[in-house]
Amino acid sequence: MQEEEKPWALISEVGGDNGYLEELVDLMRQHFRIILHKDLQSDPHLHAAKIQVMFMWRYLPMAESSLLRSLPSLKVIAGAGVGTDHLDLPFIADLGLKVTNTPGVVSDATADMAMALLLASARKVLQAHQTTVDPKTTQMPNGLMGFEVTGSTIGIIGMGDIGYKIAERSKGFNMNILYHNRTRRDASAERSVGATYCDTVDELLRRSDFVMVAVCLTPDTAGMIGRRELSLMKPSATLVNISRGRVVDQDALVRALQSRTIHAAALDVTHPEPLPRGHPLLSLPNVIITPHIGTQTYSTARRIVKAMVDNALAALTGRPIPNEVKPK
Amino acid sequence: MVATQPELNHKIQVVLVWGNNPPVNLTLLKSLPNLKAIVNGGVGVDHLEIALINSFGVKVSNTPNVVDNSTADMAMGLMLTSGRRIIQGDRFSRDHKDGEDLDESLLGTDISGGTLGIVGMGRIGYKVAKRAAAFDMKILYHNRNRRPEEEERSVRATYCPMLADLLGTSDFIVVAVNLTKQSTHLIGREQLSAMKPSATLINISRGMVVDQEALVEALQNKWIRSAALDVTYPEPLPRDHPLLSLPDVIVLPHMGTHTLETSGHMVQRMLTNALAAMAGETPPDEVTV
Repeated sequence: MQEEEKPWALISEVGGDNGYLEELVDLMRQHFRIILHKDLQSDPHLHAAKIQVMFMWRYLPMAESSLLRSLPSLKVIAGAGVGTDHLDLPFIADLGLKVTNTPGVVSDATADMAMALLLASARKVLQAHQTTVDPKTTQMPNGLMGFEVTGSTIGIIGMGDIGYKIAERSKGFNMNILYHNRTRRDASAERSVGATYCDTVDELLRRSDFVMVAVCLTPDTAGMIGRRELSLMKPSATLVNISRGRVVDQDALVRALQSRTIHAAALDVTHPEPLPRGHPLLSLPNVIITPHIGTQTYSTARRIVKAMVDNALAALTGRPIPNEVKPK
Repeated sequence: MVATQPELNHKIQVVLVWGNNPPVNLTLLKSLPNLKAIVNGGVGVDHLEIALINSFGVKVSNTPNVVDNSTADMAMGLMLTSGRRIIQGDRFSRDHKDGEDLDESLLGTDISGGTLGIVGMGRIGYKVAKRAAAFDMKILYHNRNRRPEEEERSVRATYCPMLADLLGTSDFIVVAVNLTKQSTHLIGREQLSAMKPSATLINISRGMVVDQEALVEALQNKWIRSAALDVTYPEPLPRDHPLLSLPDVIVLPHMGTHTLETSGHMVQRMLTNALAAMAGETPPDEVTV
């Protein structure tokens, strides 16, 4: 396609904390002419009317009313990742804009992240590594005992695409797999991974060594893991959260860890992100916190950007959109 | 005890060795006239001179099988922790300054769909393959002997007759061999320089299977991306060793079997072997040269 024919797209920035790698932007440049948010802000009259697509990466640029209303040609907000809880979908739909996400391409990487957090926590990798490489260490932590993952019980809350892939991986470790989901999976899917349905989350919480939270954030799931749920868990259990920070009542989690109601937590998501320095979660032992990097690998980032581009192109050309998200 | 209460030496029939201690040397062997067995906790016995010990009429036993799951789990844990930058991510969460950027070093390598090269497909290597297969990894393996086809198919593993065959295409390489004369420095400059620059080396066997100086050189010159080591030589490393300060290197204090469950199984197995020896029988896990 000739350069002049390519539509214009707005992105946050290249490089930096929330920016794209140069090579990812090149994928976009195959089909779009790119405007950076800071350039739009410095000269809105030059650029605003041209923009038909807004790509969102790590929540930026923010889909604020003032920004959206300033882009008269905007047709679609094409987001990275699968969660859309940060978007006011009804409001955006009222503006006549389409919203897209990238499910599917993120599932493997997110399931891998879940298992990485589980294993790193269970086998105390971070504590052991930090002590072992510290030049001031005089006594190796030879008595540092971890938790046996093989044959242990994992309880997966939310058995969508990602939850199911976590189950597949857990099966490789001969783990006993429990799950809870709004709707039960069919028998052959359960059999294939050896998963047992729990009618209630409570039952899952009582029986699990690892509680894996893999739900979407909705008004129903916000705060679903609170003081009560944590108190039902085994004192030896670990909470792993790869969904959204607000699914867990964070203050209750702090108290549960402090009082040893549960043993450990491993979180790729918190509320807010990042946590402010000095937050109690950061000073508790047996807590791993990663900065929401569940989908952040070279290959998956490329797949996400390709899917964003495909979604945006479909929206502009009136073709069926692979991953449109509509308000409920 | 041998040194401080010598009057008890004649009572000792079994020496239990845990974490390579006590060292079994000539002095020890000569001072225990009724010794029947050296009962080791763990499967590796490269720290024991079996021929020398046998020459005193003393048997050696280890604890195979019971260590396999936790060691395979540790290999997967190291691969995932390294590949998904868990340590760097956790550090960023705690130390980042206001508005500080997420470094490109936090961008990880996919495990799913990646290629795993297993060097040494014994019991532990095979269990690693089984776990990796559940991540949809492509598995290449090198072993002295090829596994039967059904076993290969079960974990979707492809045999590589030469070690070199898996070096250039693997994203992760797990070393799971015994330490012998032949496997000493099995991974050296030649092997490391043949690996992908994006690759990670994971060692759960023995430190000396890897030429450690070559590994330092490989990491400093970015022949490979990272290393995750449960074993080194010596253990522990001296406090100023370069491996301790290289970025993208995980070093653990040889804890592949350190779970309550596995340690318990190991001790039970040691007792089984010890009681057999004391009854004048052959310990079920006897190791001979």
